[in-house]
Order: sequence, then structure tokens, then C-alpha cells
Amino acid sequence: MAAAPSSMHPAVAQSASAETFIELRGIHKHFGNQEVLCGIDLKLYHGETLCVIGPSGEGKTVMIKHIIGLIQPDEGDIFVAGMHVNRLHEREMAPIRQKVSMLFQGAALFDRMTVEENVAFPLLESGVCDRNEIKQRVLEALTAVDLDDHLDKYPTSLSGGMRKRAGIARAIVARSECILYDEPNSGLDPIGSDIIDQMILRMQRRYGVTSIIVTHDMRSVFKIANRVAMLYRGKIHFLGTPAELEASPDPIVQDFINGHSNITG
Amino acid sequence: MATSAGLLTLPGRTFLHFLTYLGQLTALATELLIAVRSGVWRLKLVARQIVEIGYGSQAVVIVTGAFTGAVFTFQSYAKFKEFGFETTVGAVVSVALCRELGPVLAGLMVAGRVGAAMAADIGTMKVTEQVDALRVMGVHPVDYLVLPRFLAMMISMPFLVAESISFGLIASYMVTSFGYDMPSSWYLTHMIDHTNMEDLSIGMIKGFVFGMLITLISCHQGLSAENGAVGVGAGTTRAVVISSLVLLIVNFFLSILLNYAFPIGSV
Ligand SMILES: Nc1ncnc2c1ncn2[C@@H]1O[C@H](COP(=O)(O)OP(=O)(O)O)[C@@H](O)[C@H]1O
Ligand SMILES: [Mg+2]
Repeated sequence: MAAAPSSMHPAVAQSASAETFIELRGIHKHFGNQEVLCGIDLKLYHGETLCVIGPSGEGKTVMIKHIIGLIQPDEGDIFVAGMHVNRLHEREMAPIRQKVSMLFQGAALFDRMTVEENVAFPLLESGVCDRNEIKQRVLEALTAVDLDDHLDKYPTSLSGGMRKRAGIARAIVARSECILYDEPNSGLDPIGSDIIDQMILRMQRRYGVTSIIVTHDMRSVFKIANRVAMLYRGKIHFLGTPAELEASPDPIVQDFINGHSNITG
Repeated sequence: MATSAGLLTLPGRTFLHFLTYLGQLTALATELLIAVRSGVWRLKLVARQIVEIGYGSQAVVIVTGAFTGAVFTFQSYAKFKEFGFETTVGAVVSVALCRELGPVLAGLMVAGRVGAAMAADIGTMKVTEQVDALRVMGVHPVDYLVLPRFLAMMISMPFLVAESISFGLIASYMVTSFGYDMPSSWYLTHMIDHTNMEDLSIGMIKGFVFGMLITLISCHQGLSAENGAVGVGAGTTRAVVISSLVLLIVNFFLSILLNYAFPIGSV
């Protein structure tokens, strides 16, 4: 189970020459009087797959939203592909958003558009005009998530898992260099979950995509991750390979991966 | 002690809220200006909004105009007859409809119908992260959501006001000639003599300004929606209330301004 998913990944992650694609330096963020992130430092290398785990409500979503400039930090710096994200104005973020795409936790599909129109949207907006090319790439993305039978449905008539998969198709269709997935497996059955894991692996092998995956599914962590980060109490509590995670003596890590609660009656 | 201090700071805090609000509206207007100048106008979305806003609001605006014209005529006719001025009713109704009642009532109806829809639509998109999804795909929400609505409103409102005025006049004419047996030529002659293009222009200019204000206020409420469905509902209500009040207040000052530009009764 702890076997590395592919021979190339650890090399990519650990080789000294691997270039940093994303870097978070001392990120602090609070909402009201709640400290959500208290000093996050994290580096992500080109072509790497990082899984982010941690209890619900610990700020995993908040953290990845910082990377794409949806949330500005109170303190700290964010660099993506050499660009200083938190120094940019909304209209200057276009280059970053061309390189990085995101799956939202709630999928965030456009209600007024069909599944097909939703998935075609990033292509149209990035200036792809050829109708056939759009059609073909949309179909390809929807096939990758096993949703190619539901092109003409509106998001409100899809199940939670289908909506999630349509959101994934929209995130991968433009073939960005980096994709942030916020809980891609939640709401999916084990088979559907495996389809997504395989798709993420394929994206990495075929296109060298850098990914961050927020997930609660430990099985898929061991399948796809090059490295794992555990967020706990606003800090990166653990950072290492899946094998290191499994072998970690830290009780908090062990409780989390084995699903033990500390509440005693 | 604490309460008296609270009472003293209340006006200050309200004023501060007001300033913050104005600041946010100004920021949105600036962003809108940048969007206009960027030149990417998404004409397909504008067309769709014109259908929804302009085409879809006609019934509301026509009924409003017609019945206002009718009741205004009905009431003034009786009074004017006491002085033997009943033939001038057409002129009075026409000027009132063009300069005030047409644009204000059409504006209020559109604020209710269109402003609410804008705040609810955009607000729903905001709380379900669809607005953030736009941003992630490199599309500025103001470019995609506000600009098309703004352009559609600027195009639709003057026509809606003109329509409201026209149906008000038709209704007024029908009340006098069928309800009161006034020779229709009298009514028409007086009305045409005392109404000119300036009066109609004032109505349409007002409609244009009201349209911009309604869009700005309602889209702002939508974009700042928070707290799920409850927040969207509250924002929608606020959009209609604020738009309506602002419209009435701005109308007063606009009347003063426009009366300098187009003095009443000048031909
Ligand atoms: N926009 C916001 N306003 C206020 N609080 C927020 C906001 N976004 C997130 N939070 C709070 O930050 C904490 C972390 O949220 P989140 O990142 O969504 O957790 P998760 O790790 O489950 O993804 C939660 O307690 C949440 O209530
Ligand atoms: Mg989350």
C-alpha cells in the first residue's frame, strides 16, 4: 500500500534540480477573531502531486485559495511560477490563473449553463475559437471523469458526485500547468473515486501537471501522492512522503490516518 | 452612561457606514469604467440581458404608465372643469407624465423587477462560489456579470420610459374622449401644443440615469452577498429599497438640473 505510485514521482519531488513552482512563506490569515492559518510555509515542485490532509475546518480550503489569489493573506508571501501573487491586483492575476486552475469543494458549476457549456467555458475564455476543437476537448475531459453521457444536463439536475466530476472536467479541460483539487473524491463511490485517482495520475504522467489535492480519502493519498502535508491548528503539522506518513510516530498523525477520535466518553 | 455614549456615537457610525457604502459603490463604478474601456463587451450577454430586462419589463411598465395617465386625467379633469379649463388637461397630463411620472414610476417598477433579479442572480452566484469560479478562470466578475447588465439597462430604460409615457397619454386620451365626451381634437391640439421634444427628452434622460443607478446598486448588493440564502434574500430586499429611495432623491435634483437645461413651457 505504501509503495510509491510510480517510479518517476519521488525523483521529481526530491531531486535537487527540481524547480519550485509554488511557494508559501509565513502565511497568516484570520477571519474575525478566528486564527485560521498561523504561519504556513510550503514549497511545491514542478510536476509534483501533493496531498493536503487534516481535520475539517482547519483551513485547507483557505490555504489553497491563497495560491490562486482568491484570498489575500494578512501576512506572508505567495509565489506561483515566480510571480508574487499577493502583490498583484485582481486584473493582473490573469497569467497566474492561466497556469493554475481549481476545482471548488462545492464544484461551483454555473447554474445557467449545461455541463457541456460549463466545461467549454475555460476554453472559450482562454481564446480557443475552433468549435470542433472545443467540442472534442470537452468530450475528452468529460470522458476522463466518466460523464460523457450527460452533456446537456443542467447542474441542478445532477447528483453531488456528478457535479463534482463535472467540476473536475472543467478544471482539467484547459490543461493548466497546475491544478488545485478541493476534495475531488468526496461524494464519489469507491469506483468513481478510483477513476478520479487514475485521471490525476494520468495528468501527471502525460502532461507533467503539478497538483495539490485536498482530500480525506487516505486510500487515494497512498495511491497518488508524492508528498503529503497535514494541516493542523493552522500550521503544517507534517510534511513528507506517504511512506513517511505511515511510519510517523506522531500520535496526531496516526489518529488521523487511522480514524481514531480523541473524544472519550 | 454606556447607552448615552452609544447614542452619541450612533450618528457618527451611521455616517461612517454611509461613507463606506459610497466608497464601495465608487469602487464598483471605477471597475465598471475599466471594463467599458477594455472593449470586451460580450454582446451576446448584452442581448440576452436586453431581452430579460427590456423586453420582459414592458408589460409592467405599460400597465403602470397607462393607469397612472388614466387616473391622473380622471382626477384633474373634474377639478379643471370647475374653472372651465378642462381642455388643457391633455397638456398638463402630458407634461407631468413626460417629466416626472413616466420616468419615476417606470424606474420604481424596474427597480422592483430588474434590480431584485440582478441582486438575487449575482448574489446566488456569489454565495455558491460561482463568482470565484469566474475569477479563477481569469474572468473579472464585473466584466462578465455587471457590464452586460449595465449596457442592457442603458439601452432599455429610455425606451421603457418612452413606452410608459406613450401608454399614459393614450389612456389619458381615452378617458377624456370616451369618459367625458370631450371632443378629441381639443385634447389633442392642446396636448401637442404644450408638449415638446424637450419634455420627452427629460423623461428619457431620467430613465437612462435611473437605469444606471439601479444596476450599480443592485449588482453591488449581489456581489457583496454573504451567508448563503439568507444573505441573498436580505441583499435583494436592500437592492430594491435603496434603488427606490435613491431614485426618488436623485429625481428631485435631476429635475432641478434638467429644468435649467430645458425650461418648462419654452418652445
Ligand atoms: N470567508 C470566510 N469568512 C469567515 N470564516 C471563514 C471564511 N472562510 C473560511 N472560514 C473559516 O476558516 C476555517 C477553515 O475553513 P476551511 O478552509 O473551509 O476548512 P477546511 O480545512 O475544511 O477546508 C473554518 O473555521 C471556517 O469557518
Ligand atoms: Mg474545505
